[in-house]
Amino acid sequence: MALLTVENLQVSYGLIRAIKGVSFEVNEGEIVALIGANGAGKTTIMHALSNLIGKDAGTVHFADTDITHTPAHKLVPMGLAQVPEGRRIFQELTVAENLRLGAYTRKDKAEFNEMLEKMFERFPILKERRKQVAGTLSGGEQQMLAMSRALMSHPKLLLLDEPSMGLSPLYVNTIFDMIRQINEEGTTVLLVEQNAKKALSIADRAYVLEIGKIAKTGTGEELLSDDAIRRAYLGD
Amino acid sequence: METLINGLSLGGIYALIALGYTMVYGIAKMLNFAHGDIIMAGAYAILLVVGMTGNLLLSVVALIAAIAFCVLLGVTTERLAYRPLRGASPLAVLITAIGVSYLLQSIAQLFFTSEGQPVSTGAAQLGSVTFLGANLKLSSLITLGLCVMIMTALTLFVDKTRVGRAMLAVSEDRGAASLMGINTNLIITLTFAIGSALAAFASLFYLMQFPVVSPTLGSMPGIKAFTAAVIGGIGSIPGAMVGGVLLGVIECVCQSIPALSPYTIAIEFGLLIIILLVRPVGLLGKKRREKV
Repeated sequence: MALLTVENLQVSYGLIRAIKGVSFEVNEGEIVALIGANGAGKTTIMHALSNLIGKDAGTVHFADTDITHTPAHKLVPMGLAQVPEGRRIFQELTVAENLRLGAYTRKDKAEFNEMLEKMFERFPILKERRKQVAGTLSGGEQQMLAMSRALMSHPKLLLLDEPSMGLSPLYVNTIFDMIRQINEEGTTVLLVEQNAKKALSIADRAYVLEIGKIAKTGTGEELLSDDAIRRAYLGD
Repeated sequence: METLINGLSLGGIYALIALGYTMVYGIAKMLNFAHGDIIMAGAYAILLVVGMTGNLLLSVVALIAAIAFCVLLGVTTERLAYRPLRGASPLAVLITAIGVSYLLQSIAQLFFTSEGQPVSTGAAQLGSVTFLGANLKLSSLITLGLCVMIMTALTLFVDKTRVGRAMLAVSEDRGAASLMGINTNLIITLTFAIGSALAAFASLFYLMQFPVVSPTLGSMPGIKAFTAAVIGGIGSIPGAMVGGVLLGVIECVCQSIPALSPYTIAIEFGLLIIILLVRPVGLLGKKRREKV
């Protein structure tokens, strides 16, 4: 069943139409990757899905609800969370405060503590540093915090925008392992990545975005073995 | 000692107003130059309730009325004048704020003429107490005490509550805050409401010391409190408190020294220039990290 259905999405930046009619869907339980070069419009799509920027045309449905014009803050309690590009953790607040903000829409205290324990279990480093100001964490730790923060809201669908950007190869592996684990625990994932190889290797399905349009789609494996894709994105 | 207490209580007033500037700047990223006129509006509300009665109990009622009126006014201006400009250039918002300031002053003039009108809050008849040989005005002590209480409460609210944390989040990154499920418009409205309520307290305290109401009453304390906010580091709550108190004490000290008193305002703004030269972000201001 489709959890997220995007139809004919069109988005402009100023006078430039960055997204020229994109349609895709994410089924419940899947990891779907959106890959493409820098400037293909991946982040624009993510921002438009959460209505951080406006859409020119198109519709977005989440479960059975039309969320085309639902403001960002109302999407979170519906079960749609986003880890934005560049992580955007609250640098001046502590790790624990960041996690609390992730659970802003969940008022159940027992549930909050349970979730917090779960996050700390997954990333003991966050527990160690919970009283530390988040800006002092390393890039990889900040990415873990950003993902944990998003998970605190119990999302059905997690939107991940360039989670591996700027991270050391070691952390890239950790982050991708975590994405797979989050997915196995029942969260559907829509992943935007420049690291196409990694993204395709964990994705059930993927869409290739080229200058504002979907150029190709298929399962992760199909695209990994597609010659054109290999040449364009995998550097083979 | 007397000068110090007077300075601290005047500083407390500046700090209350400076908090309004700094919180709105921190959270809505705009300089609300109409903030001083919210104080003026509060002062007229107090005038209407208390008048010349000098009744202390009535002053308390007047304070409540002023809070209600200022909050309503602050939230309304945000809604009608600033919210439609969200995302517009900062210059457009700044000009709008100046426009709102003149609009409020003109409306006051329309209703109350431009004449100054005396008001008696009953502060004068409170008298004074002698402490360690110093003659301290009770009204100054009350102002000081209440300012400390209000600022403590505000600090606790911002640091310890869920909504306070949301305010900090919006202040740091509005987009990321909305991805947490925080209704950023609501938080901005709330910030205006808190700033305006603090301004209402400032109205009463100000009238206790300078008991004349006129349409331009808010200009001078407004601009001084803004200076205080910048000295302390605009956007920083403790900065506004420190800047306000510093400015108040300097003002009272200067005025108590005959040779300096004519230059009081020059010295205050001179201090601003020096601090900005040495530390452009203000005393407690933080350098914003560049966003990647």
